[in-house]
Amino acid sequence: MTVMEQRGAYRPAPPPAWQPRTDPAPLLPDAEPYRVLGTETAGKADPGLLRRLYAELVRGRRYNTQATALTKQGRLAVYPSSTGQEACEVAAALALKERDWLFPSYRDTLAVVARGLDPVSALTLLRGDWHTGYDPREHRIAPLCTPLATQLPHAVGLAHAARLKGDDVVALAMVGDGGTSEGDFHEALNFAAVWQAPVVFLVQNNGFAISVPLAKQTAAPSLAHKAVGYGMPGRLVDGNDAVAMHEVLSEAVARAREGGGPTLVEAVTYRMEAHTNADDATRYRPDAEVDAWRDHDPILLLERELTERGLLDDDIRRQAAEDAETMAADLRERMNQDPLLDPMDLFTHVYTEQTSQLREQAAQLRAELEVASEEADASEGRTR
Amino acid sequence: MTTVAAKPATKPATMAQALGRALRDSMAEDPSVHVLGEDVGALGGVFRVTDGLAREFGEDRCTDTPLAEAGILGTAVGMAMYGLRPVVEMQFDAFAYPAFEQLISHVARMRNRTKGAMPMPITVRVPYGGGIGGVEHHSDSSEAYYMATPGLHVVTPATVADAYGLLRASIASDDPVVFLEPKRLYWSKADWNPDAPQSVEPIGRAVVRRSGRSATLITYGPSVPVCLEAAAAPAPRAGTSKWSTCARWCLSTTRRSPRPYDARGVRSSCTSRVASGARAER
Repeated sequence: MTVMEQRGAYRPAPPPAWQPRTDPAPLLPDAEPYRVLGTETAGKADPGLLRRLYAELVRGRRYNTQATALTKQGRLAVYPSSTGQEACEVAAALALKERDWLFPSYRDTLAVVARGLDPVSALTLLRGDWHTGYDPREHRIAPLCTPLATQLPHAVGLAHAARLKGDDVVALAMVGDGGTSEGDFHEALNFAAVWQAPVVFLVQNNGFAISVPLAKQTAAPSLAHKAVGYGMPGRLVDGNDAVAMHEVLSEAVARAREGGGPTLVEAVTYRMEAHTNADDATRYRPDAEVDAWRDHDPILLLERELTERGLLDDDIRRQAAEDAETMAADLRERMNQDPLLDPMDLFTHVYTEQTSQLREQAAQLRAELEVASEEADASEGRTR
Repeated sequence: MTTVAAKPATKPATMAQALGRALRDSMAEDPSVHVLGEDVGALGGVFRVTDGLAREFGEDRCTDTPLAEAGILGTAVGMAMYGLRPVVEMQFDAFAYPAFEQLISHVARMRNRTKGAMPMPITVRVPYGGGIGGVEHHSDSSEAYYMATPGLHVVTPATVADAYGLLRASIASDDPVVFLEPKRLYWSKADWNPDAPQSVEPIGRAVVRRSGRSATLITYGPSVPVCLEAAAAPAPRAGTSKWSTCARWCLSTTRRSPRPYDARGVRSSCTSRVASGARAER
C-alpha cells in the first residue's frame, strides 16, 4: 500500500450522510499556554535536562548580545536578534535527533548554533559574504530562509520524501507570527496534513512583524487554532518556558516520527530587541511593555526553578557564564578577521556546467580585476 | 549544434504522447523521479500527458496534490533537497504564477546559495502559449519571465522528437528546467518510433531545421512551424517589403532552448541576413 493510499479514499457523500471528516475537539489547543516552570509538574523535570537548558540559554543570550555588537562594529551586515526567545531556539534544536532536519528562518541562527553548527558558519548570510555558510546536507540544516514562510513547504517536501523512502526522519520548521499570514504558511500546513508528513511547525509568536502587532496580523483565537482548519493538532505553549517548550516539541517530533503526522506549535514569547539593528522599536511600542516581559525572561524562569530545587550554585553559574564568554570571545576574534572571498564564485555555482555567457562574464571580471590590481601596484610604487 | 536527420517513418505520434512517454521512461529508469501536480493521477492531466503514470508507478510516484502551485513547487524543493528528482506540472501557463516566488527565490538559486552543495534537479512543466482559442490565463507566452532568471534552463520543444528528447534531458539535468510545452503543438503529429526513442542530447543546443544560404530565421518552440512555413513561402519581390533585399527565405535556425542561448551554434549557422522572432510578450 502506498503512502497516498494509507490516507484513505475520500468521496463526497450525499447531503444527509454529511459529517465532519475528523473530530475537531482533539486538535484544539489549550485555552492557556502550556507551562511547566512555576507549576507543580516542574518538580518532575529531569535535573540533567534543566542544567543543560540553563547552560544553553546562557550561551544563547551571550551569542545574541555578541552578534548584535558585531553589527555595530561593521562585522555583520544585519542581525535579527532572538534575545528573549532563546528558550524557543534552544528547545527547537534539542528536540531533534541528528538525522532530523531543521528549517530555520533568518531569526533562527541561535537554533542553528544550538544544533552544533559553528557560529561563524551560521552567520555567513548575515555577514553578507555568501548566502549560506554550510553544507545543508552535512548538517541537516536548511539554508536560513529570508523570504517569509517559503521554507515551510520545503520542510514538508523533505519530510514527505524521507517517508516515501522509508527513512525515520522528522523536519522541524520555524516561522514567526507575521509569517503565518503568508500563503506559503497555509499551503505548507495543508500539504503536510493531507500527506501526513512528519513535520513540526514552530511559530514563535513574538508579538511583532517588524512593527505590526499580532492584532493587525490575525483575527484567529490563537495562531495554534489555525491547525484545526488543516486537520492537525495545535499546541499553545509558553515560549519563554524552556522546559515546556522542550517537552511539547519533543512530543510533536515523536508523534511525527511514529507516523502521527504534523503538529503546529505556537510559542508565545516576546522580541526584546528591535526587529534588527537597523530598526527603531521605540516608534511602535512603549518601553513599559518591553519591561513587563523582563520578569518573564526565559533565563530568569529557569533560574528560579533551579534555585528552588537546589540545582543551581555559584559554580554552575560561573561555569555557564565562562563557557558563554569563551564562545563570544572566539566568535568576536574570528568575525574580526577579513574573510578571503573569491569574486569568481559569482559565476561558478549558477549552473552545474557554466554557460558560455557566464564564462564570458567571468573572463571580463578577471581582466578588470587584473587591471585594477596592476594600477594599485603602480600607485603603491609611486607612493613609495 | 546538430542537424536533425529524418528518422525512418514508423507511426504517427502526438507531442503529448511523446511527452508522456518521456515521463514514463524517465520514471522507469530512475526511481528518484516523481511526478506531482494537479489532476496528474487518475485523470492523467488536463492534457493527458501523465496518462497511465499513477497506474503504472503508484500514487507515491505520480501524485495528485492539493490545488496550490506554490505548495507544489515548494514541496518539490524539499523533495529535491532529500535527493529526489521531482517533475511538477503546472496546469496552465498563468496558473504557474503563484509558484513564481518559489521558482525565483529558491529553485533557481539553491545551487548558487549553497555553492553547489544542494542542486535542484527539478523540472517544471508548463503548458504554454496561445493559438488554441483558449480563454484568458490559458494562453500566456510567459517565457520572458523565466528567461530573465539566472539558474534556470528554459526550454521548449518544436517537434514530437524534440519533445521526447528535451524532456528526458531536462529530467536528467541536475539544474532546474522550466519546460514550456506549446499547447498549440500538443496534438501535432509526426512519424516517431516510441520503441526506439532517440538518444538524449544535452539541452541548450541550437539546431538547423532547414538549410539555405541567403537568410537566417532564429526562433524556438511554437514559432518554429510558423517560421518554417514562412521559409518555404515564395520570396517577396524586390521593393515590396522591408525584407525586399532577401532573395529567398531559406534557412531557419531554431533554438530549442531560449536560455541558455547557444550563441556559438546560432552564430555558426547565420547567413548575412538574420531575423529572429517568436510569439511572445516583449
